Amino acid sequence: MVVVSADKKTDIDILRFTTVGSVDDGKSTLIGRMLYDSKGVFEDQLAAVAKTSSKKGFNGIDFSLLTDGLAAEREQGITIDVAYRYFSTPKRKFIIADTPGHEQYTRNMVTGASTAHLTIILLDARKGILDQSRRHALISSLLGIPNFIVAVNKMDLVDYSKEVFEKIVSDFKDLVSKLNFNLEQVKFIPISALNGHNVVYKYPCDQDGNSDEQMTWYQGPTILDVLETVDVQRSITHKPFRLPVQYVIRVDNGQYKDFRAFAGQVASGIVAVGDELVSLPSGARSRVKTISSFDGDQDLASAGQSIALQLEDEIDTSRGDMLVKPGQEPELKKEFKANICWMSEQSFELNKKYLLKHTSNKVKAIGTAIDFRLDINSYEKHSASSLKLNDIAQVSFKVLKPLALDHYSENHITGSFILIDEISNNTVAAGMVI
Amino acid sequence: MQTLEPTKLDHLRQLEAESIHIMREVVAEFKNPVMLYSVGKDSSVMVHLARKAFFPAPLPFPFMHIDTGYKFPEMYEFRDQFCASIGARLIVHRNETAIADNMNPFKYGTDKCCGALKTGALLSGIAKYGFDAAFGGARREEEKSRAKERVYSVRDEFGQWDPKNQRPELWNLYNSQINEGESIRVFPLSNWTEIDIWEYIKLENIPIVPIYYAVERDVVIRNGIIIPVSNEQEYLKPKEGEQVLKMKCRFRSLGCMPCTGAVPSEVTDLDGIIQEAKLARKSERENRVIDLGSDSSMEQKKKEGYF
Ligand SMILES: Nc1nc2c(ncn2[C@@H]2O[C@H](COP(=O)(O)OP(=O)(O)O)[C@@H](O)[C@H]2O)c(=O)[nH]1
Repeated sequence: MVVVSADKKTDIDILRFTTVGSVDDGKSTLIGRMLYDSKGVFEDQLAAVAKTSSKKGFNGIDFSLLTDGLAAEREQGITIDVAYRYFSTPKRKFIIADTPGHEQYTRNMVTGASTAHLTIILLDARKGILDQSRRHALISSLLGIPNFIVAVNKMDLVDYSKEVFEKIVSDFKDLVSKLNFNLEQVKFIPISALNGHNVVYKYPCDQDGNSDEQMTWYQGPTILDVLETVDVQRSITHKPFRLPVQYVIRVDNGQYKDFRAFAGQVASGIVAVGDELVSLPSGARSRVKTISSFDGDQDLASAGQSIALQLEDEIDTSRGDMLVKPGQEPELKKEFKANICWMSEQSFELNKKYLLKHTSNKVKAIGTAIDFRLDINSYEKHSASSLKLNDIAQVSFKVLKPLALDHYSENHITGSFILIDEISNNTVAAGMVI
Repeated sequence: MQTLEPTKLDHLRQLEAESIHIMREVVAEFKNPVMLYSVGKDSSVMVHLARKAFFPAPLPFPFMHIDTGYKFPEMYEFRDQFCASIGARLIVHRNETAIADNMNPFKYGTDKCCGALKTGALLSGIAKYGFDAAFGGARREEEKSRAKERVYSVRDEFGQWDPKNQRPELWNLYNSQINEGESIRVFPLSNWTEIDIWEYIKLENIPIVPIYYAVERDVVIRNGIIIPVSNEQEYLKPKEGEQVLKMKCRFRSLGCMPCTGAVPSEVTDLDGIIQEAKLARKSERENRVIDLGSDSSMEQKKKEGYF
């Protein structure tokens, strides 16, 4: 909430990130600190929290109370679900998916990570890498998050020691050497969430306004510096064009004769009037006649936009189909392999029918083989015949009708799916096509 | 051939695209959706996005206004004019029994009053028309328990929310499967903040109720909240011993007259509102009498079926 002149055209975009850490590593404190120092928290919210803090016997403000939303969590003093937080600076708007670190909540972490451009992995300087950190690194890499900050917290409790920090950095590098982590995407930052070092400010001020200079040996950016500058374009507009058709808009009145437009959000690439398109799975072809909108027709649409296309010819296309450009078609597959994270108390069974939702498509699916289950601590592959809550595995699937699939590593939207249990209606798995 | 540069979307266009995507999903996957239209700024934005989502077709769902009878006269006037001007089908639904029994916040307290006139009316309205999906303009930023709300929020037959049993929501894949009798609340504005809303209203020139702008009003200070008073209605009269002041003020969020406080302000245009929102040190719900009950009062209401 920094003052920007209201009539200035913004070129602020959105960065979505998650924070993960083990219990007590200081995740809530870090988020509270970021919200507080960037003025993303209001006085009345702070007042409510200050009241509760003093009830719990805290001096000053317990920042973690700002982020623990549900009464049950406040009572038990733990975070049990994904919560979303918002703040902005003159450079960016930020959406934080705040997810808990306990093992039983891996599914929440997967949920938060699924839309993230960046993950902050939090470590306690006194403890270094824990079992949970291994898990967090694995899940982040599985979900293809493109950027990381490894924040080594509570540096104040280890005398702001450079040696401690460097040891943890090298341990982390060893750990992820087994994963396909690009270390160039990782920034290591020593912080004190409690005192504020290297979060928003390099040297936070104490109550008397004196800046508290610690860790002068660290020359790198603060957490906020990284958040504000990391590139999130992910070159999604330079990938092949994909438009999953969500809905067909039809009008036939005085003004619009036989109007029929295919509506959806462009998953990747760009499309222009006149472009030839192929509808999958049918293979029917036509050209873009208009890209129509409330604000008038456009010549071009890009990844991320929700649009409606009219085509030159009457081709048979409807919800669940995908419009793409000829020569750039994704493969149509009835059998494929995917990494999945199982999210239900009821175990995953082979040859049982599930409903699979991929883009705007819902089809019946069965798992035909569990290729392996991944031990999320040792990263070893094990054989398995069923999967339990929070298991991660590679599974072979068969679906009833062909799907236009991309590899998840190529396209997070056209390469991801969920599984739904037909009895409970619950979302039971997150899937990433390989 | 000309080379075309991809459009870089700023935060408002990113939010717009996400909201439109959500609305189209719901309309494609549910039989009988409705938009809960509450006349305020968030509803104004939500309606605008819906018009974009289905353009040039007419809106594929009706609006339902849950009317407590205590709304500001300017809100009723705006509602009727606005809905007529865009050709929306408007259902006004009220808990007539409770209104006939003179339900009010003074005698019964805000919890009971909201329970009957808002939650009760909402649930009976959804049941009466058989709606299976209801769009609401709530935003996660507004309140702590809303921060955990999904975009698709499944409600049981009694409209209740079970915060511990929410479905995971991944990527932009929403799970629309529900059982007979269940319904969902959908929050297409989940990721918008108050400032986003105002910036978008300005960018898109969206009509809003005029009481968001400051005028001089007769007010009293009641429990630290600035409450407008008038002699027109019995319940708007100042109470014994209350001193009536003239104050230039406006509303940051709109609710029922007895329970909505004003904020002192000189602002008469959108730039001013945006500037105030950016400088605000208090959340926009600071002036809602209903939320101040306790730290968990919103969560409790939501569990009971409130949106
Ligand atoms: N000394 C010190 N304590 C911290 C720091 N960050 C967090 N803490 C404390 O560590 C405890 C756990 O922090 P919390 O944010 O609740 O952890 P979470 O479980 O990861 O959300 C609290 O008592 C915090 O005050 C830090 O940088 N330095």
